[in-house]
Amino acid sequence: MENPCQAEPAGIYVHIPFCVWKCPYCDFYSITDMSLKEAFLGALLDEMQIGKETGFFQKTRFSYDTLYIGGGTPSVLDAEQISRIIEAACRSFQILSDAEITIEVNPGTVTPEQLRGYRHAGVNRINIGVQSFQDANLKFLGRIHSAQNAHLAIRQARDAGFENLGLDLIYGIPGQSEKSWLADLHRAVAYRPEHLSCYMLTFESGTQMDDDRKKGRFCPADEALTARLFETTISFLEDHGYAQYEISNFARSVSKRSRHNQKYWTDAPYRGLGPSAHSFAEARRCWNFRSVKKYVETLSTGKLPIEEKETLTREQRILETIYTGLRKTYGIDIDKFNKKFSTNFEEILGERIMPLEEKGLIQRSQNRCFLSRRGMLFFDSIVSILVQECKN
Amino acid sequence: MIPQNSFFEAGRECSSGDFELNMKNIRNFSIIAHIDHGKSTLADRLIQATDIISDRDFHDQILDSMDIERERGITIKSQTVCLPYTAKDGQTYFLNLIDTPGHVDFSYEVSRALASCEGALLLVDASQGVEAQTLANLYLALEHDLEIIPVINKIDLPSADIERVRKQIEDDLGLDSETAILASAKDGIGIEDVLEGIVNRLPPPLSGDAEAPLKALIFDSHYDPFRGTIVHLRVSQGKIKAGDVISFMSNNASYKVEEVGIFQIVRVPAKSLSAGQVGYMIAGIKTVSDTRCGDTITLKKQPCDSPMSGFKETKPVVFSSIYPVASDGYEDLVIALEKLKLNDASLIYEKDSSAALGFGFRCGFLGLLHLEVVQERLEREYDLSLILTAPSVQYEIIMNDGSSEIIDNPALYPDPTRIQTTKEPFIRAAIIIPDRYMGAVMSLCLERRGINKNYQYLTNNRLEMIFEIPLAEVVYDFYDRLKSVTQGYGSFDYDIIDYRETDLVKTDILINGERVDALSQLVHRDRSVERARLACERLRDEIPRQMFKIAIQGAIGAKIIARKTVSPFRKDVTAKCYGGDISRKRKLLEKQKKGKKRMKMVGQVMIPQAAFLSVLKTDNS
Ligand SMILES: Nc1nc2c(ncn2[C@@H]2O[C@H](COP(=O)(O)OP(=O)(O)OP(=O)(O)O)[C@@H](O)[C@H]2O)c(=O)[nH]1
Ligand code: SF4
Ligand SMILES: [Mg+2]
Repeated sequence: MENPCQAEPAGIYVHIPFCVWKCPYCDFYSITDMSLKEAFLGALLDEMQIGKETGFFQKTRFSYDTLYIGGGTPSVLDAEQISRIIEAACRSFQILSDAEITIEVNPGTVTPEQLRGYRHAGVNRINIGVQSFQDANLKFLGRIHSAQNAHLAIRQARDAGFENLGLDLIYGIPGQSEKSWLADLHRAVAYRPEHLSCYMLTFESGTQMDDDRKKGRFCPADEALTARLFETTISFLEDHGYAQYEISNFARSVSKRSRHNQKYWTDAPYRGLGPSAHSFAEARRCWNFRSVKKYVETLSTGKLPIEEKETLTREQRILETIYTGLRKTYGIDIDKFNKKFSTNFEEILGERIMPLEEKGLIQRSQNRCFLSRRGMLFFDSIVSILVQECKN
Repeated sequence: MIPQNSFFEAGRECSSGDFELNMKNIRNFSIIAHIDHGKSTLADRLIQATDIISDRDFHDQILDSMDIERERGITIKSQTVCLPYTAKDGQTYFLNLIDTPGHVDFSYEVSRALASCEGALLLVDASQGVEAQTLANLYLALEHDLEIIPVINKIDLPSADIERVRKQIEDDLGLDSETAILASAKDGIGIEDVLEGIVNRLPPPLSGDAEAPLKALIFDSHYDPFRGTIVHLRVSQGKIKAGDVISFMSNNASYKVEEVGIFQIVRVPAKSLSAGQVGYMIAGIKTVSDTRCGDTITLKKQPCDSPMSGFKETKPVVFSSIYPVASDGYEDLVIALEKLKLNDASLIYEKDSSAALGFGFRCGFLGLLHLEVVQERLEREYDLSLILTAPSVQYEIIMNDGSSEIIDNPALYPDPTRIQTTKEPFIRAAIIIPDRYMGAVMSLCLERRGINKNYQYLTNNRLEMIFEIPLAEVVYDFYDRLKSVTQGYGSFDYDIIDYRETDLVKTDILINGERVDALSQLVHRDRSVERARLACERLRDEIPRQMFKIAIQGAIGAKIIARKTVSPFRKDVTAKCYGGDISRKRKLLEKQKKGKKRMKMVGQVMIPQAAFLSVLKTDNS
């Protein structure tokens, strides 16, 4: 209340670390042992209670305009449990009345009643992990649900009153043709979701799928084809009224973008709750233990379950700003950048941007610096070129 | 900084009382042998027998103190250690032991060590017998008129054949095999015999006058960040102590001595060093270039009449240029080379520059192993990362106008139309093998353009084969190949004999059409296609894929003789980036950033240091 310098509202992320089954490509933290659910919930509520006045966010009293319940699979929790989480969050933190409250759900784990219950508990945005509308793909991805389940979940979500609906899809799956991917996109847009996330399948190190790939147990999709699918996706969705706003994210209008996720790409503050969740404010970041057990144990002693903290140097902040900024179609806001780091964007990066500009990978207009569609395909390389020996 | 665990601390001062005058109680000797015959292990036993180090601080091959020596299991630097030994006659002797390297590339270390000794232990492996460097090192010792004690080592091995080795010592070495000491350095057999042999059979230093003006020979040195240059010396007359003002005779630089002492694994300060003794001097020498190996030290006020003869200059056989990877690394490299040179007198260098790599140095080495060691020491001890160019021998180029030039740097290779003939150095290689490998060695040498001149039986089944081979063919992986075709039994030694006409070409490497001067090589025409192809392949394997296609070509002049491509990647994008990913990604980028410091941009192409180095690697295919 008595905090005058509350410039931008922060976000809250709650990590639900349970899944019915571990998908082989996934590197999010989750466990399948549901017996720890109640202990986790208790600990989560403790974390809110303790975290409200101590630790990381102590210095600034933030107000929050997003609450994102992700995972894992939040839909392993019933409506009552979700409701308890939201209520506790509202008790501990100043959550604005028009806050975006999102839940991620997986087809095959939800019932109509449950969905209605979520809605009733105050959730106003739902994101469904569809991944594909084709059983063969779902099988390759090791998902527990069928295409049928996916269709059903979407309808039920709409029926439950969710007017802000997002779907997740994956492409670049072995054996997938351009035609087959377009079929998935067609089915998705047919539901007119407000939001779409289309992820290129990547092999994160340490996952089962990456291991299988290294052992040659399957042959990854052709790189050139996957690259083409990236561009196809953008044009297709554009034609159907979805504008890309981040490498993998599309929305029907600006207001339907994920307000919460955008915080990650704009250096906005966020507080992460639950195992493995990251918190960030200004130059400071911390994250929780990546273990339900440790998380619960630590909280039971009245301490925050923080595994590590870091304070970013100016150079590191610049690096992260470039990295996250270029993921957005808007790109890096040059004025903001200059103000924030009291520097000159052009001076420190111009020389390295120029050749990329000539190749049509990066563009500059007035106050923005952003990747072209082709440039996005080489996001990692480009960032790596831009940040090398970043003089500042 | 220096742990002082010596017995001198316990009340026996090295230069006090009668010891100083008793030169007859000093023995200066080296341990010499073919590589791996057990020199450093024998040194271990002698050190342990004389108690200068506690068991807790002891470890095997303790004199091999450099990381790279330990990793490779070979000695690179000669090391001195002073052992107090109470002999059977009841007297205490000071034995200055110098452990020397066995590998040919470090023979300069051996010859300098021998120059400060009166005797040598010549080790012969009881199962391998006399090998090429056994002979070569024996000759070096004889050149210095040293007394030699043959030691047959490794008699514990089941394959040890003492009688056969005795015969070889007699026949091949011309030494009295009856006097050979039987030992196992590993099991500590014969150690006392060795110690008594040193005392009784090796002469004390020639009685240099301890009252005469100081005359001391610098045989090595090293740089200590806290104390400046530390000079390793042997006093041949007079005496040196802290407080003396000394001067180096080659350049008259003069310094006030801060400390003198002896080596006992660690440096142990002493009151003075006098004629016959081996030790070190610290004199706050910050100007690195003042100290020269082979120079004579004398007193400024009371100089000696003439300097000592010093050491023969080394003759490098392979040349390569060294560049820092970091664009601002040149200054650091200058300093590092200067300091390394203190500890590696055989290193020769001069300024060089490359369009692709900027300023660097052209260096001369005694062989490829020496080159590798220099590179590694510069990287480790001076925290540099370096790029080396393909090693080359020295060619004589005779121009159309009759003038001639010696060239070892592809960058200086003249326009071929101006060249009349090119000559390359040939060596006479003496290869010793059990005769069953004759065929294998013959074909290896012929493949290397060698000519078989002669062969002779040494003892029973051992053969010495003499070949004349182009040096360029030997500096590559010849030694490794010889070892492998003879299952470790072959050894060889060589001398450069003359220059002979050859068909030399310069191969260039182009990356996306741009010539990378640092990758050019001078090679025999018959080898050019193969070498260029190999270079292209290696580069292809080491240059990471980038956003565009990278063409790698090998060329002679305008003619392309090899070609490889690195295909571009079609996508390189992280699909997901949320709160939990950012820190990890940043760390990845920071790591990459560090890695890029080890890369060079050629045009738009990032070439990692590893790619440059991979081109140098010899083929083990
Ligand atoms: N069985 C046996 N092995 C030995 C003996 N002496 C040395 N070795 C082994 O031989 C190998 C080489 O020993 P070193 O002492 O490093 O040989 P070196 O002559 O100093 O070798 P360089 O310095 O590289 O020339 C090591 O593996 C030793 O353990 C011995 O008496 N018996
Ligand atoms: S359901 Fe989602 S969070 Fe759980 S394992 Fe699968 S992909 Fe990962
Ligand atoms: Mg050794």
